[in-house]
Amino acid sequence: MAKKYLAYIRKEIVPEQPAPIASKGIVGWARQNLFSSISNTIMTLAGMAFLLWILPPLYNFIFGNAVWPGEGVTVEDCRAKGAGACWAYIDSRMTFFIYGFFPKDAYWVTQEGFIASIMTYWRVNAVFAVGTLLLVPLMWPGLPHKVLNAILFFVVYPVFVFFMLTGGVFGLEEVPTIKWGGLTVTLIIGLVGIVVSLPLGIVLALGRQSKMPIVKGMSIMFIEVWRAVPLITVLFMASVMLPLFMPVGMTIDKLLRALVGVSLFSAAYMAEVVRGGLQALPKGQFEAAASLGLNYWKSMSFIILPQALKHVIPGIVNSFIALFKDTSLVAIVGIFDLLRAVQISNLNLDWGSKNQAITGYIFAAVVFWAFCFSMSRYSIMMEKRLDTGHRN
Amino acid sequence: MKNKIVTIALSAAMGLMASTAMAGTLEDVVAKGYIQCGVTTGIPGFALPDADNNWAGLDVDYCKALASAIFNDPDAVRYTPLNSAERFAAMSSGEVDLLSRVTTWTMSRDTQLGMNFTGTMFYDGQGFMVRKSSGITSPKELSGAAVCIQTGTTTELNAADYFSANNLEYNPIVFVDRDEVVKAYEDGRCDVYTTDVSGLAANRSKFADSSEHIILNEVISKEPLAPVVRQGDDTWFNIARWTYFALVNAEELGITSANVDEMLGSDNPSVKRLLGVEGDFGAPMGLTKDWAYQIVKHVGNYGEIFERHVGVNTPLALERGVNALWTNGGLQYAPPIR
Repeated sequence: MAKKYLAYIRKEIVPEQPAPIASKGIVGWARQNLFSSISNTIMTLAGMAFLLWILPPLYNFIFGNAVWPGEGVTVEDCRAKGAGACWAYIDSRMTFFIYGFFPKDAYWVTQEGFIASIMTYWRVNAVFAVGTLLLVPLMWPGLPHKVLNAILFFVVYPVFVFFMLTGGVFGLEEVPTIKWGGLTVTLIIGLVGIVVSLPLGIVLALGRQSKMPIVKGMSIMFIEVWRAVPLITVLFMASVMLPLFMPVGMTIDKLLRALVGVSLFSAAYMAEVVRGGLQALPKGQFEAAASLGLNYWKSMSFIILPQALKHVIPGIVNSFIALFKDTSLVAIVGIFDLLRAVQISNLNLDWGSKNQAITGYIFAAVVFWAFCFSMSRYSIMMEKRLDTGHRN
Repeated sequence: MKNKIVTIALSAAMGLMASTAMAGTLEDVVAKGYIQCGVTTGIPGFALPDADNNWAGLDVDYCKALASAIFNDPDAVRYTPLNSAERFAAMSSGEVDLLSRVTTWTMSRDTQLGMNFTGTMFYDGQGFMVRKSSGITSPKELSGAAVCIQTGTTTELNAADYFSANNLEYNPIVFVDRDEVVKAYEDGRCDVYTTDVSGLAANRSKFADSSEHIILNEVISKEPLAPVVRQGDDTWFNIARWTYFALVNAEELGITSANVDEMLGSDNPSVKRLLGVEGDFGAPMGLTKDWAYQIVKHVGNYGEIFERHVGVNTPLALERGVNALWTNGGLQYAPPIR
């Protein structure tokens, strides 16, 4: 029978062997990803050499030899040979970076301690705190009362901010906008720009697709004019030329001019982003909405826009991030946003040293990065959440 | 509708003519309760936020002096930071009541822009910085020296003119960026660094061994920095100009913010007239008779302002030099009050 020809039959399953040392763990990962071919190996070695060349001095500058704030730390430490980043300088100018020229509270400025340092600028800090309290639940998916929350944030909160910062009522000292500055102004311009430009951009995008010739023409004209002009020109016109055309003695607030300029400018960009989303929708969606008997606004708000906007979340957030960074351009019209506050402090001779300016710029970069990076993370989360899947 | 258009056109036209047609700045200022003062967007010693986040500097103190004269309150000022491009437009449009922002007094600005300069708050000019160890005391000794200069500036042209006019050999080492110039000088690549004196002083203060460097007294260009008011409002011009004169006169008469109250009892008729003890020199300008007393009381005299912001005990560490009183061989001179 066939049996006797079989020399060997395995009776039991061979136990699993560990993978060869060369294809698992760090070594395996490195072989697969870093040294898989000659060109890859060269790239890896070059990259490592670059990191070895750049990282130690960078580390030494930012951490190792840096001058940290503390008891008895003076500008002399920052001027010393071999000193790294002068963080003590950032610490001493921190209130200016955040609040600009905003006046200190007369009582709390004389007090000591952490609470006093918060209360010295309690009006601005209250604006920050309330804003965070309203914004976090608004952006947190799954929390209830979104409509109420949105009304509070978009309608009540701006009024609160206005009265809190400008004052002049309820016994608050009046603070002209020229005294606002630093991160406060950067956030105000960024937030107002974002909140105004999105709805305005949607309206403009719809207007551009409209069948009504006047609406369509106006929308196209608005978008093309604002998109064709550099933001710096818009701000410069608003700040230098506009006053010359105004009646004598009548001036429009500088910050307001910048706010309007930035908002309209980014609305034009937003309109084109949204239009991209509208055009990505198949014609069948419009027809389906129409066949259900929905009128224009209903079909737009229930069928078209939710899909269109979802498609262009990356584009929208891209515009938001660009807008947030563009806020630093208001510096050229004499508004002290965060970057300008850092720049002007870099001139301060009380902390004058070789690394003063570069430390200031590193600080500004980190702050901008933190805000832009969180916006980007949030948008990725929203994309995943809203991904109801047409992509199989 | 037609009326509306006419109104708009008229007001637009008036806006354009603001530089010539505006009058009564003092009335406007008194009505709103503060002076809108145009300052720089940041120059050490002249206008910069201090440690308490308030504007401070020589230019800022002039605004405070003016506010003291009008309101008896040095803080009745709001500051508008303006860059070089905006400054004259901001004046023409009435956005600011005066400019106190290191503006060089030149003929074309004085005669063509509808502006008036009130008086030189600071005589700046191109100077030279050398190492103390070099033993150089005058630019005339700079023959054969390596000179660090920023290229493409009037500084470069002024230096070339000066050295050729004095038949001196020199070896220019030029850079595009100011920071590079400073670094080259600090690293010892050149013997001399030249730019405006106030700029030299600001850069010197950042050196680790700042006391090892001196700025030569002699300057080779004229940069008189003066506050500016709109042409066509003589009352306001007078107030602005005599505020500066009061500062200088007070220093000449030895009146300081510390002793001004004592000085009220002085027998010197010049002091009496300045402080308003005798005669009333404020009323013709629309001010109170103790206008100058208020200035000195709140802000001090010219010398005090100078020492506070740019003098030898500040990071800028500038000597009085040409900014000394005429009695000490400088150029600061004020007509008498009588």
